[in-house]
Order: sequence, then C-alpha cells, then structure tokens
Amino acid sequence: MAPYSVIGKPLPMTDAPAKVTGLGKYTDDLAVPGMLYAKILHSPHAHARIRSIDTSKAEALPGVKAVATSRDAPTPYGILPIGHDECVFSIDKARYIGDNVAAVAATSAEIAEQALELIEVDYEILPAHFDPLKSMQAAEHWIHETKPHNIEKEYHHVFGDPEKGFADAAFVREERYYAGEVTHAAMEPHATLAIWAPDGRLTVHSSTQVPFYLHRTLSEVCEMPMSQIRVIKPLVGGGFGGKSEIIPLEVAAAVLAKKAKRPVKITYTREEVFYAHRGRPITIVELKMGLTRDGKISAVAARVVQDGGAYCGYGPVTVLYSGALLGAIYDISNVRYDGYRVLTNKPACGAMRGHGTVNVRFAFEAILDALAHDAGLDPADLRRRNLLKAPCFTANGLRVTSYGLPECIEKAVERSGWAEKHGKLPYGRGVGIACSHYVSGAANPIVRSNMPHTTVHIKIDRDAAVTLYTGASEIGQGSDTIQVQIVAEELGVRPARIKLVAADTELTPVDLGSYSSRVTFMAGNACLDAARNMRTQIFEALAQKYKCDASDFLAREDRITSKNGAGVDLPFEEGAAVAMEFRGALVAKGTYAPPEEARGGKFKGAGVGPSPSYSYSAQVAEVSVDTETGRVHVHRIVAAHDCGRALNPLTVKGQIEGSVYMGLGQALQEEMVWNNGRLMNPTLLEYRIPSTLETPEIESIIVESNDPEGPFGAKEAGEGSLAATIPAIANAIYDAVGVRINSLPITPEKVLAALREKQKKRSGNGGAR
Amino acid sequence: MTKELIRLKVNGEWREVAAPPDKLLLDVLREDLGLTGSKRGCDDSSCGCCAVLVDGTPMLSCVAIASCYQEREITTVEGIAPTGELEPVQQGFAESGGAQCGYCTPGFLIATKALLDRNPNPSLEQIRDALSSNLCRCTGYMQIYESVKLAIEHAAARAARPATVGR
Repeated sequence: MAPYSVIGKPLPMTDAPAKVTGLGKYTDDLAVPGMLYAKILHSPHAHARIRSIDTSKAEALPGVKAVATSRDAPTPYGILPIGHDECVFSIDKARYIGDNVAAVAATSAEIAEQALELIEVDYEILPAHFDPLKSMQAAEHWIHETKPHNIEKEYHHVFGDPEKGFADAAFVREERYYAGEVTHAAMEPHATLAIWAPDGRLTVHSSTQVPFYLHRTLSEVCEMPMSQIRVIKPLVGGGFGGKSEIIPLEVAAAVLAKKAKRPVKITYTREEVFYAHRGRPITIVELKMGLTRDGKISAVAARVVQDGGAYCGYGPVTVLYSGALLGAIYDISNVRYDGYRVLTNKPACGAMRGHGTVNVRFAFEAILDALAHDAGLDPADLRRRNLLKAPCFTANGLRVTSYGLPECIEKAVERSGWAEKHGKLPYGRGVGIACSHYVSGAANPIVRSNMPHTTVHIKIDRDAAVTLYTGASEIGQGSDTIQVQIVAEELGVRPARIKLVAADTELTPVDLGSYSSRVTFMAGNACLDAARNMRTQIFEALAQKYKCDASDFLAREDRITSKNGAGVDLPFEEGAAVAMEFRGALVAKGTYAPPEEARGGKFKGAGVGPSPSYSYSAQVAEVSVDTETGRVHVHRIVAAHDCGRALNPLTVKGQIEGSVYMGLGQALQEEMVWNNGRLMNPTLLEYRIPSTLETPEIESIIVESNDPEGPFGAKEAGEGSLAATIPAIANAIYDAVGVRINSLPITPEKVLAALREKQKKRSGNGGAR
Repeated sequence: MTKELIRLKVNGEWREVAAPPDKLLLDVLREDLGLTGSKRGCDDSSCGCCAVLVDGTPMLSCVAIASCYQEREITTVEGIAPTGELEPVQQGFAESGGAQCGYCTPGFLIATKALLDRNPNPSLEQIRDALSSNLCRCTGYMQIYESVKLAIEHAAARAARPATVGR
C-alpha cells in the first residue's frame, strides 16, 4: 500500500468548479441592497502641503451620501509597528501623485466621480524627491519630518571577517547592478465592500491576503473594537504581495460606510491599482565578491539602496531580507551588508513575490557567473563547490534544516543539456544557470508576540462531515486544497468529506495571512496538529468501546480498521458516531509556532530572514540574442525546485511555473517608467506582462528533500523559483553573445548598446566571444 | 440619459434590459443581469478577462456598447455549461491547473471554446496564438495549455460515449 492516500496526489483545486463556471464570487462581484459606490480623490502633485479642503459643493451634489477626509480618520497606520506613517487620507501633505486626499460615496459611481471634481483642495507645492540617490542626500523638504535625509531605515551587518576573505581571494569582482521597479499586476483589481449594520457592526469583504492585519487596522482607524468588525475574504484574483498590506481603499470604504451608515463598495481602476502599487522597488546593488583559487566564495560585500516611495510599508523588512538572504543558500562565512531604504515622492513599494531577495539574487548570481569565467570554472560546478552542509546554521544565524539544492542543480543541468550546450552553442545562442531560495514563512510575526502563527479548528457533527475552520487566505495559490489534503490524510478520510470555511474573522481563528510563503508550512502544520487531535479523540472512544488501545487503530480513506486482528473495520462515520456517543459533536484545535531555534540571532535586524525552513531552486535558461535588434528570445527554462515534499504536484508545478513566468517578465520587459513622480505606463497595454507569445516552454521539476519539520516534509513552493530566472537569463545572454547586462529589464536597447561597446573595445583576436 | 430597451439572447434565453445607450455590454451583463462571471481586469481592452462570445465569436465586452448588440446571441462563462454538468473545456481547466486565482479563467474559457468550436484539434502553436489576447498572471500558461489538451481529450471521450438519446 502506498504510504499516503491523499498526499502527493495531483488533486484539482477545491474551488476549481466555482472558478470554471463563473459562479465564484470575488469582491467586486458582490452587491447588497442600498449599496453606495465610492471614488477616491488622488493628489495631482508629488509633494504638496494641503492648506485646506472644501468639500461643501461635493456634499451638496444630489446622490452624494458621504464625503470623507482626514478629519474622519486621522489615526495613522502601517503594516509594521515601526511604520505607522500613513493615514487613509493625507492630513498635512500629499507625498506622491496618487496619494489619497478624500473620498465620496454616492448612489452611483458616476455621481461619485462628479463629486470628486467639486472638492476644492488648496495645495502648496513643495520640491519633490524622485531619485533615491539624490533623495538620501537631501538637506530639506524631507518627505517625513521624522526621517532625516529621507532615509527610512539603514542597516549595517558584518559577519565573519570580510576584509580577510577578500585578501584570501584569488579573484575579486566589484559590479554595480540596477533593477527597475516592477509591480504585481494581479488580474483582479483591488475591491472592498464595507457594510455598516444598524447595530453598529461593520462587515468588510475585501480582496486581501491578510484579513487579520486588515481587521486590526480597521479597528484602530475606525476606532471600533475588533469584536464589532468582521473581515471576510471572498475569492481573490491573485495577490503576489500586492494585497499583503492594508490598501487605502479598504480603510476608505469602511470609513465611508460608517459615516454614511450604508454599504459602500470601492473598486480600483487598473490605473489606481498601479498607483496603489506596493511592488518591488528600484534597487541599486553594489556587489563585491571574492573567490579562492579552488572556487570557494571567500567574502561578499553588498551595498543596497532601495527606492521605497513615500511611505514605510514593508520597507525595513524588504531591505533586511535583501541582506539576510545573502545567506542560507551557499556556504559563506564572511559577509558585509549595508542596506538603505530611501523615501521618494512616489507610490510606496512593498512586498512582491520573492520579497527582498530577487534583485540582490540577480546581482549575486550574475557576479558569480562572471567569477566562474575569471577562474575558468564551469558555472554549475562553481555552485557545487559552495554548497552548504545542512543541517546547519549560517553566519547570520539562519537555521537550514533540509537542503535540496544539490539535487536541483543536478536535475536542471541534466534536463537542460547543460554539459553539451554551455559555451558550445553557435554565436547568438546560449545557456545560463542560476540558483535561488526562499523562506517557508517568517519565523517572527510582524507584530511580535508568542501567539501561534496559525490556529485552526475542526468540527465533526452527526452528519460525520468534517468542517475545517482556517484563517488562511486562498489567493489562487491552492492553499485551501493543501489544507484539505493534509487534514484528509491525517484524519484518514476522503477529501470530499471535508468542508473548508476560510478567512472570515467571525468564524475562523487567527492566521497571519498569505505572505512570505508561510501557509503550507504554518497553516499546514496547524491542520496536521488539529487532525491528529481529532483522530485521537475518535480512536480513544473506539478503544473504550472495543476494550483495546487507541494506538491499535488506523484510519484511511473513510475507513477505520484495527491493526492487530481485533477485527474492527468501520466506515468513518460509524467511528465518529462512537466518539460522539461519549462526547457529543467533536471539536479539535491545532496550532503552529516556529521553534525557538529557528527565530534567528540577536543583532539589530536579526528578526527578518529566519524561517523554520528554506526552499531551493536551480534553473537553466536557453536564449537566442538577435545581434541586429538586440532582442532576446527565451527558448526554454528548466526549473528544479526543492519544495520538501509536493503535497499536490499539480499546484506545486503551477507555483514554480508562475514564479518563473514572473521572473521572465521582470528580466526582459516589465518596468514602471516614472517621470517626475508620474507613472508613464499605468495600463496593462504599456506595462507589458508576458502573454502566451512571450512566454517560453517552462519545464518544472519537483525535488523533494523531505523537511523534518514541514507537514509531511513540505516547505515553500510559491516564491523561491522567481529569483533564479532573472540571472539565469542574464547569464545565458552572456553565453550567447559575450555581454553582461547589469540592468533590469534587459531591453533590446541595452543589449545593442552593450554589443556596440564590446565591438568598440574588441582588439585583434577578441577574448570572450 | 434616456434609457433604451436592449434585447439580447444571453446564454440561450431572451433578456430585456433598459439601459443608457452608451452602457457597456460588460456592465449590462454584470450589473443588470447579475452575470458576474465576466470580469473587468483593465481599463484598455488589454487583458481579456471580460471576453464573451457574440454569435460564436469571442469579443471583449468591456469595449462593446450593449445597445449595438440588439437581438444578438451572447454566451458568457455561465452559459458554457447549459446542463449544469461541466463541459470538457471546464473540466480541462479545473483538472489541469488552468485556473489558479481564476480571475482570468472566464476569458480563457471563452477563447478556448471559440478555438475548439472551429478547430477541435489544434496544435500547440495554434493554442498559443488563439490565447494570446488573454493575460494570465498566475500560471505561466503551461498548465493552461495542458488544460486545453485535456479538454480535447474529454471532448473526444464524450463523443465516443454511446448515445443515450431515445432510450
């Protein structure tokens, strides 16, 4: 008999029928009687003091039911306790084009829009800061008075002895890398429906990845106890981090609903989604790396500047991840990290798939490729020479429990034909390799406490249906399905018996949310715990009835049997009924909190980066470069990902391929283009996410390292693959035409410029091809 | 604005809506007829989430003025399975991971149905071309291709099933 009946099966997602029939409801699909439509007034100035706001004409417009400004919601908030620096409507000044100034709820969206035009705002325009390197030198007109020189946060970390490491190196390289700003572009624009009830309670349906944090923030800003607010997450049309902090429309809808005492819905236009942003910042990485003669990385020094936009958001976490995740992938003892999160008058950046690691990993894997060439080593082999010896702790205090990177490299090399292709394809075509990793959930919660990161409940009543109450947020990644599979396996029932109730703060216990790839590991472990508790209750009742030991029983696929010939063979419902005879309807609880030793070191900033487990990825990209046009065509990407165990190979592959796809977009074609704080491409026509025509064949390969603490050995699958894709493509371009493009996205213009530069420099016999 | 009576055959049934003459077909479907399966994903006809069939041809309902489609036959995602049993194209997307977040799925289903209606056995290149007007941010398209291939298999299996009519 196979060890598992449900785990490892490519089950369709539990919500697939709702999605393929169009019957599933996303937030904007919801409508309730008496619902008002709201629109937000955005600042047209990048940096301006708000002298006064006159809303009287807007209020007088027939059909307008409420107008809200900062007077209605003056409490500042932010996703981090150290960053409560934004108000839903700007109080003193607007800090970016698009900043939120006021909002109107009316009987139609058209009336609300007309009313916005009647709001008179007296702005005093201030000098604005757009370039992060200049902004951090600014002597005056700081974006937040409490942040001198527009520096949100800076961190300086040294591990080991970097200077000695560089002195020991036979090869040293120093390069500057630039990554343009990219955004999530989830297909569903943000939407929120806030319903005010006559009893003074507020129900908020929202497209969020973090119902729990939204619940907290609404309580603070609306000055209502959490017990009077209910947050429900309907179907969410993709997040990728863009819905992982509180987005202004969520608070605005609640404030307006409270004021109008009516239901209020706000749905962002696509342009508003681009300005709400919270994506991956412009990142400048100055990277220095040393390599010994036998190909060991002897030291790494990175100086990272991130253009965070006008508010804190997740900023300090992003810049800390950039430093922390220099570790836990290769064996490196000597590391220097200087990270700066800088404020500018642009929309705030935040968490985006691969939060904090992606741009630095691009730089790291690209410089490693260059060093391999300097040292005359095969780039795949160079990576093999620097593997960790897991289990271990890294120099910066990260605990690595399982490590499938060696197998990822082997699989990617083998399936891509690396040995036959690297350095051997005709000019214009090449292959590149790169690796990446990511956390399986942050070991430390955003708001520090000892509370478990996830609690779930299971209920079984007379119908013997198993109901799982979980706060975890399905956003398309398949987390509902994974939790059902875990409970089904551990409880010994078929998945169809389980009904899942999720992400409703009135019904489901606290889960911190869908961010940092935490749900399979953390909610999954809580589900495992709860199912085990429930199973124990049933087995103990059976033991009492049949006069044997609870450990004599086995549950699998809706049947409960005795292991050692006691002759018990019952359908699950009869076993559950026996337990209910003793106890009534059954309830069980499960929790998960990361172990103490996984929570990181003690230095300032040590809280970000630690995770109970890390995923690993190795990829090989094959590209052609058109030397006439500079256009890069990606033929194929082979992506091997160590997810511990694939609880559902269908959804794991979906996550790997989706990550590679998003990396491809950032590598070659996605960039938010700014002009004095104005976004020049706030549409999906101009911010070009790849279509079927630009997306190559992606071969996803699952590697299973069986993590000792993951549920059934599982760990992260949703983010870790993204970061390897970009440097794999960049390194393949070098293999194809001998130029290194250190700036993202790698546009035809940049490739052509580099080819021309190389042409100019070329002497006699050429050197690199 | 004076409203106009618009008569449309939606998912096989005649429906009448009084709407301003400039109202978009997408808004008539979502707001007046409660058919929220068709989605709005962009402001500039670039994403394909709102695609519906008009007399069998896929069109973007977010740039179609409803009053221009008097007496025409509209099929939305809700109309793909008239019997309530999932159609092959829906089975394919449900079983092969073609729907992750699901927001683009109605548009992809409409585009796939239109493709398979005119070409029941397309090559991968033909599938890629036919779906190139629809954006998906989740899948990287690989599992969407698998879904289309599985839909073709389901359709073939269904065609081979003995007829039950007339018993």
